[in-house]
This record gives sequence, C-alpha cells and structure tokens, in this order.
Amino acid sequence: MSAPVSFLGELLSGDRPRSRVLAVLLVAVLIALAAAPFLFPGTRSLNVAAKVAVFIVLVASYDLLLGYTGIVSFAHTMFFGIGGYGVGIAMGKLGAGWGSLALGVAIALVAATVLAFAIGLLSLRVRAIFFTMITLAVASFFQILASQLSWFTGGEDGLNFKLPPMLLPSTRLFEAPLFGVDVTGRILSYYLVFLCALGLFLVLLRVVNSPFGRVLLAIRENEFRAEALGYRTVVYRSVANCVAALGATCAGVLYALWLRYTGPDTTLSFNIMIDILLMVVIGGMGTLYGAVLGATLFVVAQNYLQDLMKLASDGLAGVPLLPALLHPDRWLLWLGILFILCVYYFPNGIVGRLRKTRT
Amino acid sequence: MSADTTVIAKQRIDWVPVALVLGVIVIALPFIPSLPTWVTLTVAGLAMGMMIFIMASGLTLVFGLMDVMNFAHGAFISVGAYGAVTVLLAMKPAMQSASMLENLSAMLPAMLAAIVLAGALGWFFERVVIRPVYGDHLKQILVTMGGLIVCEQLIHVVWGAESIAVPRPANFSGALTFGDVAVERYRIFAVLLGLAVFLAMWLVLNRTRVGLLVRAGVENPEMVEALGYRIRRLFVGVFVAGSGLAGLGGVIWAMYQEAVNAQMGMQVMVLIFIVIIIGGLGSVGGCFAGALLVGLLANYTGYVLPKLALGSNILLMVLILLWRPRGLYPVGKA
Repeated sequence: MSAPVSFLGELLSGDRPRSRVLAVLLVAVLIALAAAPFLFPGTRSLNVAAKVAVFIVLVASYDLLLGYTGIVSFAHTMFFGIGGYGVGIAMGKLGAGWGSLALGVAIALVAATVLAFAIGLLSLRVRAIFFTMITLAVASFFQILASQLSWFTGGEDGLNFKLPPMLLPSTRLFEAPLFGVDVTGRILSYYLVFLCALGLFLVLLRVVNSPFGRVLLAIRENEFRAEALGYRTVVYRSVANCVAALGATCAGVLYALWLRYTGPDTTLSFNIMIDILLMVVIGGMGTLYGAVLGATLFVVAQNYLQDLMKLASDGLAGVPLLPALLHPDRWLLWLGILFILCVYYFPNGIVGRLRKTRT
Repeated sequence: MSADTTVIAKQRIDWVPVALVLGVIVIALPFIPSLPTWVTLTVAGLAMGMMIFIMASGLTLVFGLMDVMNFAHGAFISVGAYGAVTVLLAMKPAMQSASMLENLSAMLPAMLAAIVLAGALGWFFERVVIRPVYGDHLKQILVTMGGLIVCEQLIHVVWGAESIAVPRPANFSGALTFGDVAVERYRIFAVLLGLAVFLAMWLVLNRTRVGLLVRAGVENPEMVEALGYRIRRLFVGVFVAGSGLAGLGGVIWAMYQEAVNAQMGMQVMVLIFIVIIIGGLGSVGGCFAGALLVGLLANYTGYVLPKLALGSNILLMVLILLWRPRGLYPVGKA
C-alpha cells in the first residue's frame, strides 16, 4: 500500500467507508463543509453548514451509545446544553476572553463527566431500559432547572454573549477579498467550528475502532457472553456513556460559539433529542459515517424541505386533508414515518443500505 | 379440602411501601403551619397521584406481562384527551347545567370516547407497530418513539396546533368547605375515580380467572403457554385495556389542567416513568404506591420549599433506587 493511502487509513482508524457511493458522498460532504464559505456565500447557508458540522459530532457521539453500545439515552441534549451553558455562563460572567472560554469548557467537561458517571452508576447496574427512563427524567429535570434559574442561566431567554474580538463579524483578516469573499471573523469562527468538529469526529472514529469499541459491540450483541468472557459490562457501558457525554458537551460548546447564544430551545429542548434520534437511525446506527449522512440530510431537509412542502401544500389548496398533511410544520410527521420504516426495514440506515449494494 | 392446598402459603404483602406513603403524610404535618392547609395539600397530592396512577397502570402492566416498553403510551393519553374534549365541547349546554345528572351525561360519554379511542389506537399499535419487535428493547424504544412523533403530528393535523381549553362541568368546579378546610371538588372526584380504578384492577387481577392468567403471565409466560392458554390473546387484551386506561387518565388530567395540547402526553410521560420506576417495573401495587408518593411529595414540597419542588420527584426516585434498586415491589423477571 502506498504511503498516502495508509495515512488515510490511519486517519480513519482503519474504518473505511467500504462502499464507493458512500465514499463519494462522504467526500462531497467534507468538501462542501470545508469550502462552505466560498461555495455557498450567504448567512443562511453558512448557518446550515455550521449546524451540520456541529450535529455530525453530536449525532456521532450519540451513535456511540445507541449504535455501538445498544443503550438509548434521552439525556444527550442535556450534555449538549451543559457545553453550551458552560461557555455561555463563563463568557457572560468573566468577559469575552480566550481564558474564560477555556475555563467554561473545562468546567462543562468535568460537570458532564461527573453527571454521566452518576447516571450510569445509578441505572446501568439494573437494566438498560432503566437507563433510558432515568435519562429521560433527569434530562427533563435539567431542562426545567435551566429555565428556572434565570439569574444564572438566563431562563427561557437564554444567554447572549460576546466572542473574543478576533471572531467577530466586523473583523477583517485580509485587506482584499479572497476568492471574491471577504474573510471576516465570522468565517474564521466557522473554520474553528469546522476543524474542531472534524477533529472530534476522527477521535470518535478512533474510539469506536479501538479494542474498547470492540468490547462495546460485543456487549451490544450479547451482554451475557461478554460478561462471561470477563468484561465488566457495567464499567464499559458507564465509560461509553461518559465518552458520549463528553462528545455532546464539545458539540454544545461549538454550537454556542457559533450562535454566540445559548438557551433552552437551541440546546436542551426535547425536540432536539428527537432530531438526534432521527438522524442516527436514518443515517445508520452502528456506523459513525451514518451520523455524517444523517445529520447532513436532516439539517438540510429541516432548512429547505419546508419550503418545498409549502409549495406542495399551496398547490393542493383545494383538496381536503392533503394540504394539512403537507403543511410545512408537519415535516416531522413524514420524517417520523421514515424513521419507523427505517427501524423495521433498514436497521443500519442509509449507510447499511449503501454497503449492502456494494458488489 | 385436602391437606395439599393448605400448603400453598398465602402471598405475604410487603407493608413497608404502604407505611412509607402513610409516613410521608404524617411527617409532612409538622412542617406545614396549619391543619387545613395540610388537608388541602394531602387531598391535592392524593388526587394528583391517582391521576398519574390511572395513566401509568396500563404501561407498567404491559411491561410486566410482555416486556414491552411503550413510549407511545403518551400518545394514547393525548389522543384520549382530545377525543373526549371533542365530545365535551359538543355537549356544552349539558356541561354548564346545574344538574349533576346532566353534567354526568356529558362526562360519561366523553370518558367512554377517550377509552374507546385510546383502546382502538392501542390495538392498532400492538398489531402494526409493536408486534414485529417483541423481545428487542432497543427497537421497541425507537419504534414507539417514532409512533409518538407521528401521533403528535397527526393530532396537529386533525385538531390543530393550538392548545384547546377544556371546560369543567358546573358540579365539578369550585371547592367544598368543611369548616376551615377547602377542598376542590374535582380533586375529590379524581381521588374517588382513582380508587375505583385501583379497586377494579385489584379485583380483576386477584379474583378472576383472567387476572390469574395475567399474574401467571407476568411470572412466567412460557409456562402459561405450555399449559394451553393463548398468551398472545392475553397480551392484546391487556394492551388494549392499558391503552384505554391511558385515554381515561388523559381526560381526567386534561380537565384537571383545563387545557389539552399535543405535547401533554409526552410531558406526563416523564412523571409516569418516574412512578413506574419507583414502583418496580411491572407491579400494579408498586405503581399505585409510587404514584401516591410522587403526588404527595410534589404538593408538600411545592408548599414548603417551592425551590425544591421540581427536584423532589428525581430525588425521591434516586433515594428509592438506592434503597431498593429494582423499585418498591420488584417483579419476578429481572
């Protein structure tokens, strides 16, 4: 094998796409995200690109739980929120410096690990299903807490905060525009988000392809046998829970940095939890590339499908019931149906489908 | 009677959780300044507990019998509530009438509509959505979550996205006063209804042949099947009944909140999960005790320490799980 190819293999931790179509799609997503400010100039499309990058990390870290460990958590948005609030509160109270950013991130990471460990300790000992219900309860409690402690978290309104001057939209890095686009602090922060997301994704890829990841798969396939082979399943599941929580926290940090805002609706809401579930399952459980495709497809659909549905709904104005079913606000209905069908017929989502058709 | 039958020991009832519920009521007394307030809070807590019990009992029984965790249970609650509200709004004159009989002539059809609608939805769900994923918790959770999303969206399509105000019948609103003590009438109604449901469930489970089979099925479904009973039919029956109860609970809860929206099912689901975890998954008695505990504690702490009220349920759950990791009344299957 030639040097660059093996380097690529190393970078992907030996987990190649194993399907030509999938590889093309992944490269397309990577290029689109890497060159987004130049390919799709404009505030809306840059927002979509940043959201895709953040959600790829968020969904990939969730897949570590759902797809690799086989446990369902409803607290993933809670950790997402901890990251966002960690940054928001630190930057809001201590000023817009890199130091306060680092402090906020550090506190958020520690808090997320402790909380994830405590939840795992309390519930993973008994049954995986206990874990699901307890995470739901804890997450909803956290959501109420965030909206009630308004002196600290900004309540329902959330927190707006300032970024270090370098990342502000008014900052120009170069005198002349680059490829016809002014390189502002906004574009710099996009690249900060993008590169961090890329790095985190590669780290997660490394985790799931490590011996640790293999043990998780073994536990998912047959808990009893894994335990009999001498692996402490509780410990492995708890650690996986902590790693996933850390991933979500980092994603939360990135999202808050991009939005320069954090609040219950952007991080903690149960709707986001449902979005994550849909992305993982539609993209493909048990493969991190599924997270890439799922998140990309979903976020793009979220932003552009509604326009399409509005057209269809207006076009069918005279017909009974159909316009209501195709109303732009009902897009979740169709994704919900797609989700159920995916669970039955394509348990490995788009990626599983693509890998199967490979000859 | 032969000597053998007497050998079967009578099932001993674990009184500790019962004592716990009574203990909470008694312990709260010194913390609350006046006796009338304490009575009001206790009734409010019991009413809330009973309502949660009606909604949660079906879910816990379904889990105990079929090992199915149905997240779409919340959808049955919402759909039942919406169905009933449609009936209630159509019968507005009877609702506002001063006569109890006319009030009931609107309430009963509404409750019936809720039970039938939620039961029918449950039957459809069991057949179409859940049957292919028996025995696979992960897929059950995913599929029923998907079902919940679709149901919520369909409610939006059928009934619109705004929440609907729910009227209470004339005879069920306002409060009764006994000396210094004021108790809302609706809460008394909720307590009575909850007790009736619990009693009916207890009688069916403990005094009928079907109940015997259900209890046997919870302990060991293979054995029941091996003895020649069609456990599948039992499954479907329990599932439909549980869904119907969810619908009934939905109406009662909607009238208590005086509003319905599509998210209400999911919102109560959090409380319901806490309750059935506290009670022990699959245990109806535990569900009852857990619901009462949650209802009472929520009301007491809401009065004494409003800041803590939100966390009281979680705190209660954590404490109970530390004491009995599988809930108040652990059920046979692990």
